[in-house]
Amino acid sequence: MFMQPDWVNALLGGMLIGVSVSLMLWWNGRVTGISGIINGVFTAVKEERLWRGLFLAGLIFGGLALKIVHPNAFSGELPTGAGITVIAGLLVGFGTVLGSGCTSGHGVCGISRLSPRSLLATLVFMIAGIITVALLR
Amino acid sequence: MKQNFTVFIVGFLFAMGLGLSGMTQPQKVVGFLDLWGNWDPSLMFVMIGAIGVHFIAYKIIRKRITPLWSEEWHVPIKKDITPALISGAFIFGIGWGLAGFCPGPAVVSLASFQVKPILFVVSMLLGMFLFRIIDQKLKIKK
Repeated sequence: MFMQPDWVNALLGGMLIGVSVSLMLWWNGRVTGISGIINGVFTAVKEERLWRGLFLAGLIFGGLALKIVHPNAFSGELPTGAGITVIAGLLVGFGTVLGSGCTSGHGVCGISRLSPRSLLATLVFMIAGIITVALLR
Repeated sequence: MKQNFTVFIVGFLFAMGLGLSGMTQPQKVVGFLDLWGNWDPSLMFVMIGAIGVHFIAYKIIRKRITPLWSEEWHVPIKKDITPALISGAFIFGIGWGLAGFCPGPAVVSLASFQVKPILFVVSMLLGMFLFRIIDQKLKIKK
């Protein structure tokens, strides 16, 4: 399934992401920032925790559905070892909370409403990612 | 209740979008960041698609007085550029480049039952936890 060129899949997938974050805004008035939603499971007031958990459950159920309709989504594993994976996870967790967002909150939602903070944050994490990959080569 | 059900739907659709787009494939993500190597520009279209849709939808939706199922908007209004914003984004970017995972795709990839996404997500939760401990003592975010 979905055998069109990569960039077409990327565009269609991106549009579906755009639809998802738009529904979140229209229905619930919220920004779909994944790192903030995850962190809030532990830090938000009690009434604000359930929906966060259900959103994350939706992500995982979406993943289970992908396994059936588009298993290729989970290919492309990197040869990185366990140590690097742990360090990367720690940096992503720490950095996204310190920087108040990740690819979804800053990169998609923030840029779409032309937030100067999000535009800058996205530029910075793109540059940091590009430098990291360049140094690893 | 309605709100809780709808966020599940949003999460589900979001995951399908990520999976279709290629964002859940770490090799593609690293290929996209590999400007001086074997650059794979296809993931740029994820941003174009997502921002293209949401840029327009945002303007239309914000014409409403309130969201459909909430009394008020919860959109961030902060404008100040802080050292925390920049250093946090930079630290995040390093981790993203190392593993090829950002938070959303990592959580979606838990469904693959592969070891790396699980290890990554557990470490990410630990990183968030470490942040809270350090921030409590040093107030690094202010």
